[in-house]
This record gives sequence, C-alpha cells and structure tokens, in this order.
Amino acid sequence: MMIEEQFWETLDRAALPARVGTLAKEGWRLVQICGSCHEAFEILYSFDKDDRFLSLRVAFSKDDPVLPSITESYFGAFSYENEMQDLFGLKLTGLKLNFNGNFYRLAKKNPFLDTPPAVAPAPGGVSS
Amino acid sequence: MGQRTIIPFGPQHPVLPEPIHLDLVMEDEKVVEAIPSIGFIHRGLEKMAEKKDFQEMAYIAERICGICSFIHSMGYCQAIEALLKLEIPKRAEYLRVIWSEMSRIHSHLLWLGLTADAFGFESLFMHSWRVREKLLDLIEETSGGRVIFGVCKVGGVRRDVDAETLRRALEALAALEAEYREIAGVFSRDASVKRRMTGIGVLPKEDARALGAVGPTLRGSGVAWDARRLQYAVYGELDWAPITEEAGDCQARCLVRIREIFQSFDLIRQAAGKISDGPVAVKVPGNPRGEYFARLEQPRGEVVYYVKGNGTKNLQRFRVRTPTFANLPPLLKILQGCELSDVPVIVLTIDPCISCAER
Amino acid sequence: MAFFKKSPWLLHYDASSCNGCDIEVLACLTPIYDVERFGIVNTGNPKHADILLITGAVNVQNEEIVRNLYGQMPDPKVVVAAGACAMSGGVFQDSYNVLGGIDKVIPVDVYVPGCAVRPEAIIDGVVQSLAILERKAAELKRRGGSGEPEKPS
Repeated sequence: MMIEEQFWETLDRAALPARVGTLAKEGWRLVQICGSCHEAFEILYSFDKDDRFLSLRVAFSKDDPVLPSITESYFGAFSYENEMQDLFGLKLTGLKLNFNGNFYRLAKKNPFLDTPPAVAPAPGGVSS
Repeated sequence: MGQRTIIPFGPQHPVLPEPIHLDLVMEDEKVVEAIPSIGFIHRGLEKMAEKKDFQEMAYIAERICGICSFIHSMGYCQAIEALLKLEIPKRAEYLRVIWSEMSRIHSHLLWLGLTADAFGFESLFMHSWRVREKLLDLIEETSGGRVIFGVCKVGGVRRDVDAETLRRALEALAALEAEYREIAGVFSRDASVKRRMTGIGVLPKEDARALGAVGPTLRGSGVAWDARRLQYAVYGELDWAPITEEAGDCQARCLVRIREIFQSFDLIRQAAGKISDGPVAVKVPGNPRGEYFARLEQPRGEVVYYVKGNGTKNLQRFRVRTPTFANLPPLLKILQGCELSDVPVIVLTIDPCISCAER
Repeated sequence: MAFFKKSPWLLHYDASSCNGCDIEVLACLTPIYDVERFGIVNTGNPKHADILLITGAVNVQNEEIVRNLYGQMPDPKVVVAAGACAMSGGVFQDSYNVLGGIDKVIPVDVYVPGCAVRPEAIIDGVVQSLAILERKAAELKRRGGSGEPEKPS
C-alpha cells in the first residue's frame, strides 16, 4: 500500500490571497477546496505540482463567516466557493461569478452548518 | 455586433442523460458566455457520513455515481485504510486494479456511445453499447454486480475471483478487444466523426492547467497528469504511462479515451498475469482517526477523497472532489466562442457526470 | 384499445438518481435488451407518452418537474418507479436534500426494485405496467372519458 506524503501549511485568512497568488505564479494546480465546520470553520485548499501535494489550512470563528475569494488567482475556484456559500453560509469577498447562495438551491439552508452532537465512541474505539 | 439573447440548455436535453442547466448567452450563432446552474441531483451525500458508520459509507460512496461506481468505493476505502494504517492483501489490491480498469473500459465505451449519439451517428452508438454489454457480463461474472459492483470494502474486497473465472474473463476480453478495435477505427478515422470534433472546443494547455482540468480533458491538452502515477494499489508494479494528445480539441479528448481503453485491456492482462494467491480481506482494527486526502484516477479524471476521523465510528468530515466538478470551469471556457450547434458535443467531451459533480 | 399494448411510448426522467439506474434504462434501449422489439419507443415529449419511468428520489428542486411531466401526459397513463431510490429514497432517504420516493409526489403503479435496477427487471416492470394501462384504458372508455389530463391533486 502506498500512502502519499502530503504537506500542510496553516495560515491566517488575511494572508490567503497573497499565498495563493504566489502558488499560482509558481504553476501549482488547484486540486480542491474543502470546507468543514465543527467548533470553527476550517477550509482546506489543496494544490499539486510535480506530484507534490500541498494543503493550506485556514481556520476562523463561526461568528465571522467571511473569507476572501481566490478566484483572482484561480478562476476555477468559483465552483468550490459558491458551494461553500450554499453549504456553510460563508460569505466570499471578491468572488468572480457569484451565485449568491443559489448554486445548488437546496431544500435546507446551509445544511453543513449544524453539526450533530458529538457521537459517543463505539465500543473498541478510542475517544478523542 | 448582434443582439444578445440567452438560450437555456437543459435541464432536460436529448444529449444529456442527466439534468444540468446552462444559460447560453448568444450573439447570433456564437456563444459568448455559458453560466451553469446545478443542484438537480444534489443528495447531500457527504453529510451522510455523520449518520452512517465508516464501513457502511463505502457503499454510499459507491453510489455517488453509477458509472464510476467501483472507483468511488475503492477511493473511499483507500482513504480509510490510510487513516487506519491498514495493509490490505496483495490479491485484493490486484483485484481492485482489475475491476477499476474494467470500469474504466465500461465508462469510456458508454461515453463513446453517447458521443456518437450526440453527433447523430446512431449505429455507432448502438455498436459501442453492444460491446459494452459484453463487458458488463464479465463484470457481473467476476464481481456480482453490473453497474454497482458492491464488492469493495474497507480492508479488501468482498469476494475472490477463482482462477478458472479469471482465465475465461481474459479470453472474453481478448475477443472483446478485437471487436472494440473496429469501433475505435471508426471513431479515429471516419470523416464525418472528424468533422464534428476536429478543431472544435479547443482547450489550450495553459488554460487546462490554470482552470484545474483533470482526466482526459487535461490529457487531451497535452498535460501528462494521471493520478495512477501516484502508484496507489499496484499501479507501481504495472508497465504503463499516461496517454496524452496535443490538440486540445474534442477529437483529442476522444482519442485519449479511445487509447485508454486499449491501455486498460493491457493493464488487466498485466494484473491478471501477476496476481498471486492469498486472502482478499483483513479484519478492520478500530476506528479511523486523523485526516487524509486519497487521490485516484477515475475514467473522468482525478478524484479526491478527504476523510477526517476522530476515533469514533462516524467520520467528522467526508468530502469528495469529483472530476466533473473540476472540469466545469474548463467547460465554460471552451464553450465561449463556439457555435450553438456544437454545444452538445463540446459538453459531452468533458464526459460530464452530474451525479458525481453534485453528490 | 389493444394498440397501447403493441406500441407504448415511454418517457424517462432522472429525478436524483446516481446514474446507475439511468444507464440501465439506456441499456434497455440498446442491443441485447432492445425494448424496441416490443414496440416500446423512448420519447422526450410528455404529451406523447403513455408510461412515465422515473429513476431516483425526488428532491425539492425536481418535485415540481415530476408533477409537471405527469400532469402533461394524456390519460390513460402509468408510472413506473425504477430502482430503490425511486421507490423509497433508497440509501439516500436520510439525506437532508431528499424527500423520498416518487409516490410522495405522484401516484405510482409499478415499483421495480434493485440498486441498481437490472434491465430485465425494468422490462418486466414496464410489461406489468402495460396490463395496468389496458385496464385504465378500459375504465376510461366505460366512463366515456376524453383523455384530458387529470388535475394534479
């Protein structure tokens, strides 16, 4: 079995556009953007260059759901960012091609925001 | 400059087996801009990881899409196995590769048929699907399912393929390859096919990279990136190289898929030649903890699974970035400036899988 | 009314299927299964259709489309729900964006199980629906109905 070596960087959301801009200039390919929301928002941006896999981690409080868009550097990010607006109720600033929360038109508003109460560990599992 | 009109394309459209909607901003016959609107098949599947336990999720993951089904479950299982640091038996890895390649052939043949239908070559559509049916029989014989295999699980695979069945499958595949060669010849040489695809929907190499294209859409523009290069499962032990074409047009994307089918036949043969006896699954120890991105190559391109576990039986977060989701921005780019009558063929050449994209 | 049985026209709609059932419906139209040998024609126009074959579960976005397609079909008509999701929501029934089976929105005559549904099962379900279609046609004739679309309830 092959476990790919993956690199991580944690940064502040204010520093995000500049860092992503540098990556774009260096020729990294945007692989994915993943949002998650438990105690706080945590957004992961993954890039690939010459088989090297790098993820940027941006975390911020639930009370301030604003995030700068990276569509300036990677236009293709618009689909991920619109998805995050729909699923998490985030507000993306500077987003080119903004669907304003109507990308998916869901049955439930921001379904990924309300995380269920922590599930008790199953027998044999290790509690966190 | 002509007056601008907006023509709605979809959600129900004869060439689309699945609903997606595009607003085409037109200037006479030219498309100036295409604006997608999606969400017709959004099932909120990622969220289900919070309700289903991580072993059940393998079957949900398989149902992200009925065409790329097997590789979805395989990718999910690989991600979980990485968290568990679980070494699965060699035989299971080989079987997974054999089934992945079978599913790639089935998906590409399906695509060839739909594309033939999109440019009005009905008999070619029927022939592609006739050959595909024979492959589905082999999939059923080895895995038990036709489109949803249900054979992959965390820790290995659910059933073994005995030597006799494998031998017969290889024989049948050889016969199938000969039949496919005829169809491939029509796709790559027929003048009417060429006319519909050559020089249409060109995606330059730089744009393909900048917009995050994956799979045949990326390789058709001359970029040799194929996630199998990461050597997951046993791809590192097989002899192959990513297939690329330089032109970046519809024809190039079609040729990449045509050649990939031959490559998949070859990979199945290689894997079947190297497979050794042994168990096909191991027991799953405990619950997943930590986070990991698994990357695999689907028929439609690179797929990414992110899993995050906290030691309970439910994952904290499960995310899939499917190839069609990544190929949407490049699609909007190549639609700009095309003619209205070419829209269906161009849309099809990224091989859109909407149920993948919306999950 | 024997002509129904000889040449029923079918409209397929993908509600929120994973594609597995859809490609099996398509497989029914291609060589090997080939339902055209029974006179079954796949049409894209609801006003031409006798049978509505739906795959996948309904969600808020396609609920109206399903109701609309059904409303546009002339009487007599039958609905076939193909696959686990169309029957009940299948594996996705717990999801926030899925309402449930097709019968949450329109009346269903035949339920075809399977995940994914097999082509043989689809053909069998459609053939069963033909008997129901005949019965509905006879009933309509007895009442002196005009074939006007029913008002969706």
